[in-house]
Amino acid sequence: MKSAAERAKLPPADVPRDGPNLTGEELETKLSTTWSNPPGFVGWLSSVDHKDIGRRYVITALVFLALAGVLAIAMRLQLARPDNDLIGAARYNEIFTMHGTTMMFLFAVPVMQGMQIYLTPLMIGTRSNAFPRLNAFSYWMYLAGGLLLWIAFVLNVGPDVGWFAYPPLSGPQFGVGKRVDIWAQMITFTEVAALAAAVSLTATILKQKAPGMSLARMPIFVWATLVTSLMVIFSMPSVALASGMLLSDRLVGTHFYNPAERGDALLWQHLFWFFGHPEVYIIFLPATGFVSEIVATFSRRSIVMYPIVVMSLVATGILAFGLWVHHMFATGLPRIGYSFYTAASMSVSIPTGLQIFCWIATLWEGRPQLKVPLLYVIGFIFTFVIGGLTGVMIAAVPLDLQLHDTYFIVAHFHYVLIGGAVFPLLGAITYWFPKATGRLMSETLGKIAFWMIFLGFQLAFFPMHIAGIYGMPRRVYTYPAGMGLELPNMLSTLGSLVVSTAVLLFVVNLVISARSGRRAAPNPWGAPSLEWATSCPPPPYNFPHIPLVSSRTPLWDAGEKLPVVHGLRVEDRELVLTTVMSAEPDVREPSPEPSPWPLIGTVATTAMFVCSIFSPWAVLVGVVPVALALTAWFWPKSPRLSGSL
Amino acid sequence: MRHEPEFADDLSALRTHAFSYRSLTWWGIIAFMVIEGAFFALAMAAYFFLMAQEQEWAPRPWSPPDLLAGTLFTAVMLLSEVPNTMIKRAANAYDVAAVRKLLPVMSAIGLLLVIIRGFEFNSLNVFWYDNAYGSIIWALLFLHTTHIVTDWGDTLVLWQLMKTPHGEDPRRLVDTDENALYWRFVWLTWLPIYVLIYWVPRLFR
Ligand code: HEM
Ligand SMILES: [Cu+2]
Repeated sequence: MKSAAERAKLPPADVPRDGPNLTGEELETKLSTTWSNPPGFVGWLSSVDHKDIGRRYVITALVFLALAGVLAIAMRLQLARPDNDLIGAARYNEIFTMHGTTMMFLFAVPVMQGMQIYLTPLMIGTRSNAFPRLNAFSYWMYLAGGLLLWIAFVLNVGPDVGWFAYPPLSGPQFGVGKRVDIWAQMITFTEVAALAAAVSLTATILKQKAPGMSLARMPIFVWATLVTSLMVIFSMPSVALASGMLLSDRLVGTHFYNPAERGDALLWQHLFWFFGHPEVYIIFLPATGFVSEIVATFSRRSIVMYPIVVMSLVATGILAFGLWVHHMFATGLPRIGYSFYTAASMSVSIPTGLQIFCWIATLWEGRPQLKVPLLYVIGFIFTFVIGGLTGVMIAAVPLDLQLHDTYFIVAHFHYVLIGGAVFPLLGAITYWFPKATGRLMSETLGKIAFWMIFLGFQLAFFPMHIAGIYGMPRRVYTYPAGMGLELPNMLSTLGSLVVSTAVLLFVVNLVISARSGRRAAPNPWGAPSLEWATSCPPPPYNFPHIPLVSSRTPLWDAGEKLPVVHGLRVEDRELVLTTVMSAEPDVREPSPEPSPWPLIGTVATTAMFVCSIFSPWAVLVGVVPVALALTAWFWPKSPRLSGSL
Repeated sequence: MRHEPEFADDLSALRTHAFSYRSLTWWGIIAFMVIEGAFFALAMAAYFFLMAQEQEWAPRPWSPPDLLAGTLFTAVMLLSEVPNTMIKRAANAYDVAAVRKLLPVMSAIGLLLVIIRGFEFNSLNVFWYDNAYGSIIWALLFLHTTHIVTDWGDTLVLWQLMKTPHGEDPRRLVDTDENALYWRFVWLTWLPIYVLIYWVPRLFR
């Protein structure tokens, strides 16, 4: 036997590799065998293909959007008239908590990560993502957390303390029963999922960019993904720690949030918002990434001032960590604290403003085509600017103290969340739909849905500003007649019915187009980035040969032929690792095979987490199966003694 | 229309493994260290936040934790860096035999540390349910213990793995190198926690 050191230096042995002698049909048959999922249902459950995982993420998140949307309609029906008794006070508490929690933790963050998981490897020209099994685990954990919350709701033990679950209301004294424990444990699930996905995305972007795609040539969406993944990594531990401490206050009698034993309820607010404010940008920055890609493609020119856009993304990501206290203005702060956090909150609008100018300049300089994705972008800019302006208004403490906890706030955050994230998302789904399915969505249905969503949205949410100024508090199940609140509330309800009908229309369009839409060529919009270099939908191995990149807009600059590198093994899953900054090819890296262990690991972890709601000992016992599953997951299959093969 | 390929560089001569920042898993480990580092940093921030509520720390009548077990733990932990560095060097030199010899040593040290940690929990002089001070002290120690146990489990599995023919695979030496890197993280994060648990409650009486 040769020593490992000798083996490491062996010359490349003769195995099939892609290249001039192995290309086209023959290559693709071989690559398909190597990269396809195993057959059958078990194969489906074992998939580690980022396209499967991303698609599952997005579809699951859209289901949660629909569920939370139904709850929104229920609330709006209750609030349509004064003194309505469709829904009682206690049930209403549950409903707004479930709506907010589902929207934030089970829809908005996961849908963005799902899009990122699907698109990133395609946009940077690699066969798979980094740590694909971790990625699969991420999806299953997310699904388990979502099921936990919704099964509990159906069994009438859903949480009812608002989406940020402030103690003492959520503490052991007032939050009786298991409702809050379910909420807090759902947080654990979704945070593990989000962190796992973020780690995978970060490593993918840093190490797997196609040769030549230096950081300065990365598509802006990939930049947005990198920044948000880092934000996830820095912010999610905060809420996971906070909810862990809440659970332990409730289950084993610690006193973190209990003032009677020298704890402090405000500690929760600090930890929660240290995560909660960045979370808004974790939702919003990917959306700006969508916008940049869509704007460039439909203006037929690259983004004006790319470096400014990238720097704004990075600056927003950093500033977002210095703003959390603006959610706590009403708790009382030192004077200097007020001024500081007001200034910081206002300053975060500067980088976003710059980005908006760059998009407008690009549209101005280019030849914009008003296709559906671009309509959503324009709807986004209009709506988000209003939401941003009301944001600057409530960053001023005196006004915030007046408007705190009123419908003005509800209006503000739906303008930024729906305008800033859902509109770009719907545009992005329309834009990348042909990539994922091979078919285009209907333009006519798309345009009708857009206008209904856009106008319906303004009708639903603009009047809430007025209701808020008139003093209507949020989180109340009804209001008395004769305070001027009838008209705005009725309009809001009508508007939300329009929006929900339109969202239904969007879904109908998705389903019809997936079945019988117009067939899409590989690059139906004439876009510049690499995901459009491969077929629609992409094969399991993404690209037959790995592209070689020499500009920011590779497809616009390629002539008849696309430059590629070659020499990767085709009978084993293999990727190219490149250097972080300049993307020089560095290592050929094996990529893990499909495996059922991420799913089995999730089942074991779920058993442990759910049982720990009832007894702390479950952690000690439950950790054993988790450890076994993880060991099986990481245990390599056959040793690759082949040195540098 | 899909583009025809225009063949440029041939990558077949690239290596199939590399150490440190050239390895993909290294970046994964670093990311997890950042995540766990954030947990520790936030828990420490919570510690100071709660400390600000008190006139004295540890609040009377509770006395600060006894020093013996924690200090012993710290000493063993620091000494463990000697075999740890040896393993890291051996892995980088492709010296499988040395790695195979040293991993049982690290596993034994892990066991020893877990036992001492048990005594530490016994010497805190406060329970988690006594007051917020007790809660945060226990939380810090618990949080760090999860790391000790995880890395110990990791090392045990790696030891078994390296005994098999898998040990000859250079990629497993990269794993070994990264396991040693993670151990450094575990003991480095212990140092501030040691100070917070054992010394700050003495100094602020
Ligand atoms: C047609 C769509 C929607 C309608 C009609 C709607 C309606 C509402 C209403 C009426 C409330 C206030 C309940 C109250 O305070 O009494 C609310 C709260 C909330 N909504 Fe929406 N919403 C919609 C979509 C969304 C989306 C897409 C998101 C996030 C991405 C979202 C996130 C939230 C959050 C976080 C709360 C706060 C919950 C709480 O107070 O704990 N909503 N929504
Ligand atoms: Cu905020």
